[in-house]
Parts: sequence; C-alpha cells; structure tokens
Amino acid sequence: MIAIIDYGMGNLRSVEKALQSLGADVVVTGDPAAVRQADGVILPGVGAFGDAMENLRAQGLVAAIQDVAAAGTPFLGICLGMQLLFTSSEEHGFHEGLNLIAGHVRRFQGDFKIPHIGWNDLTLHQESPLLQGVEAGDYVYWVHSLVVEPKDRGVLLATTDYYGEVPGIVGQGNVFGIQFHPEKSSRVGLTMLGNFVELVREGVRA
Amino acid sequence: MLTKRIIPCFDIKNGRVVKNVSFLTNERDAGDPVELAKIYEEQGADELVLLDITATNEGRATMLDIVRRTADQVFIPFTVGGGVKTVDDIRELLLAGADKVSMNTAAVKTPQLITESAQKYGSQCIVVAIDGKWNVEMQDWEVMINAGKVSTGISAIKWARECEERGAGEILLTSFDQDGQKNGFDLDFTRRVSESVRIPVIASGGAGEKSHFYDVFSEQGKADAALAASIFHFKETTVTEVKNYLRERGVSIR
Repeated sequence: MIAIIDYGMGNLRSVEKALQSLGADVVVTGDPAAVRQADGVILPGVGAFGDAMENLRAQGLVAAIQDVAAAGTPFLGICLGMQLLFTSSEEHGFHEGLNLIAGHVRRFQGDFKIPHIGWNDLTLHQESPLLQGVEAGDYVYWVHSLVVEPKDRGVLLATTDYYGEVPGIVGQGNVFGIQFHPEKSSRVGLTMLGNFVELVREGVRA
Repeated sequence: MLTKRIIPCFDIKNGRVVKNVSFLTNERDAGDPVELAKIYEEQGADELVLLDITATNEGRATMLDIVRRTADQVFIPFTVGGGVKTVDDIRELLLAGADKVSMNTAAVKTPQLITESAQKYGSQCIVVAIDGKWNVEMQDWEVMINAGKVSTGISAIKWARECEERGAGEILLTSFDQDGQKNGFDLDFTRRVSESVRIPVIASGGAGEKSHFYDVFSEQGKADAALAASIFHFKETTVTEVKNYLRERGVSIR
C-alpha cells in the first residue's frame, strides 16, 4: 500500500489516478498512523512552503514522515513535496523544512519569465532505480518558481536547464524528490512513477 | 531547453465536443471530450484547453464529470475555462482535477477574482484569457468581453500587465481580428503583450497552417505556446505534423 499524504495542499487526484493506472494500491490519507504503516509514501502538493509545513505540523505528520524516511520506506516528494524535503526555504520569509536532505530552497533570480512553465528536457547525472527506462533528453512538465540547492551535489539524479541548472530529481537512499510533475508528464512521467511502485514492491518482498 | 507548447482546444456543450471532429469516426466515441483528449495526448499535444460553453446548471454538473474523467485518464496538463465567475467555481474545477482554470469576462468585471484565486490556489493554476481587437481610435488593442460581443475601452496590453500584477500565472491571448480567419496568428499583438509581461503568453486565434505556428514562435510573435482548434479537429494537420515541421526548422519542441 502506498500512502499519498493529504495535508490540504492542492489536488491529489492526478497523482492518485496515475498510480492506480500503473496498478498500484494507494490510499490518500492525512492520518500519521496510516503513513507509518504504508509500504511507500508520496508527499505531493502545490502552494506555499510555509503553509505546507504548518499543515504538516498541525496534522502531526512531521514526525511520521521523518520516522518512515529513517526506517527505509521508499519516500517520494513531488513538486512542493520535493522542496519540503530540504532544510529550509526562502519563500515568503524563512521557513524550516523536513530536513531529510540538506539544502535550501530559493527563488529563481534573473531577467526571464517566472514561473518556469512547460516541457523541458532532462540531463541524467547518475543511475537510479527511479530512472529505469528514462533517457537523457526526455521531456517532462514543470511548473515552479523556486528551485532547490542541495548542499551535496551527490544527491542530484537529474537536472534541466532554465537560465542555469535546475535540479529535477534528487535521491538520497530511500528518499526521492521530483521537482516537475511526473503525473502530468505523459509516458516519461508514468515510467518514473512505475519505477517507484516497483521499488515499493521490492521493499515489501524483501 | 524549455520547449514551445502546442495546445489543442475544444468547446464542450452538455458534455459533448461541439464541432464534429473528423477523426473520431467511431460513433460511440465521436464527441466524447475524454476520448478526444486521449488522442491528442497520443499525438504529442503538450497541454489541452477544455472550454465549457454550456449555460445551464445541468450542463455545468456534466462538465465537472468530464473534468474528473479527463484527469483520471489523461496524463498531460489541462486548463478548463468557460463561465468561470467565482472563487468557488475555480475551487470546484481544481478539485475535479483541472490543472489550471481560465477566466475571462468575470476577471475584467471583478479583477479581485484574479488576486483572490491566485493567493488561494497559486499563480500556477490561474490563467487569464484576454480577447483583444484592434481599435483604430484607441490605436491599441481593446479588451472584448462576453465572447467578443462587448467592447470595454480597456487596453489589452495594460490589462495583461494588471493580470500579471494580480497574480495570473499565464495569459491566453486571443486576437478577435484573426480568430476563425485561418490566415495566421496576430503577430504584432502577441509580441507586444509577450514583451509587456514576465509570465508566459499563449497565442490563440488564426492558425490555418503549420507555418503560422512557426511565425508566432519566432521573434515576430514571441509566444510561449500556441493554441488552435479547428486545424487539428478537421485533420487539416495533426499535432504530430506541426511539431515535426517546427522541429525541422530549429524550434525547440518536445
């Protein structure tokens, strides 16, 4: 069972349906106990970083997330959910994040169109179970105004270029983050989500 | 590199695609917006726009069901527009699975709608559709509302800037001089608006052949995305053909 965390930050239907289309057993839940019991956990979300952390705290989800991540449960943050994995963010002030991966979230800076909206291609930095069947140059759909700056470049699995390098997929052990929207990235995105489902199945078998 | 987006658009009335779409020959599927959306995803469409032109309450309930079914089966982003008047309308469409909601007349009448919805749901899902027409006296493009029937005296360029300031994430810009003419997008209008804002501009109105997409993405048009309806529905060309054409000419395309 994969738990999709519902903490009042945007519509979770697309992520749920994409996973179901891949044959995964999913539950959308805001209950920390259900998150602790899941074989895999997805933290989706759109909106503001500060509000998101506040909601996670209010629902008692912060400790649950930190515990399952530490226990080795496959964990995937998507979009805002990826940014929340990091130490802190400068979106509307300074906010502490989940700190599962060391680094900071900052605004795009420069004389170009923001948000970064649309299909942009991936540069792959290292092999990962999440990238099975994904090739360099594959296009995925992005919508974001902030970017993560990991402390250790070793966590970068894939990046794109938008007036500079933009981290697209990060991974550290069992914890993964995807900045773009795999559930809206047609075949390529569904391949990645399918890889995550497979990781969860392997975890259950092991 | 960020690519230029090709966006098919279709009108929906009481849950059915309004115009006959020539390549949907199977009777069961003909007119089903969800089937059409799946075909466009297959063809490589980058996004979709579903416009609800239903006026009745029953029709609106049907539209929510279409949005739900589209979200369940189509894995590219889609925008829903048509008759959006309140923050609650936006909320309902987003909850049903729309990635973005576009507003037009209501935003002109109540600009606060943009501000409020962007604050509540984020700029990324708020699209303001601007219908513009060249006004000789104003020597400017004028904003038209109520599907082009009512002129407002408002400069479309100034209005686009205001939409951005209020938190719109994208501008869907339709030229009412070019719409339905099939002789190309309004390049000057698109370029002027695109240069005036720092959010993406989707050009609409006038696509009749492949080269029109090339023009609107060039320095003449500066569009970030281009929307078209009949050129795709009646199989004059396909999304795949347009994208191949653009790719061969060096345009960044998925």
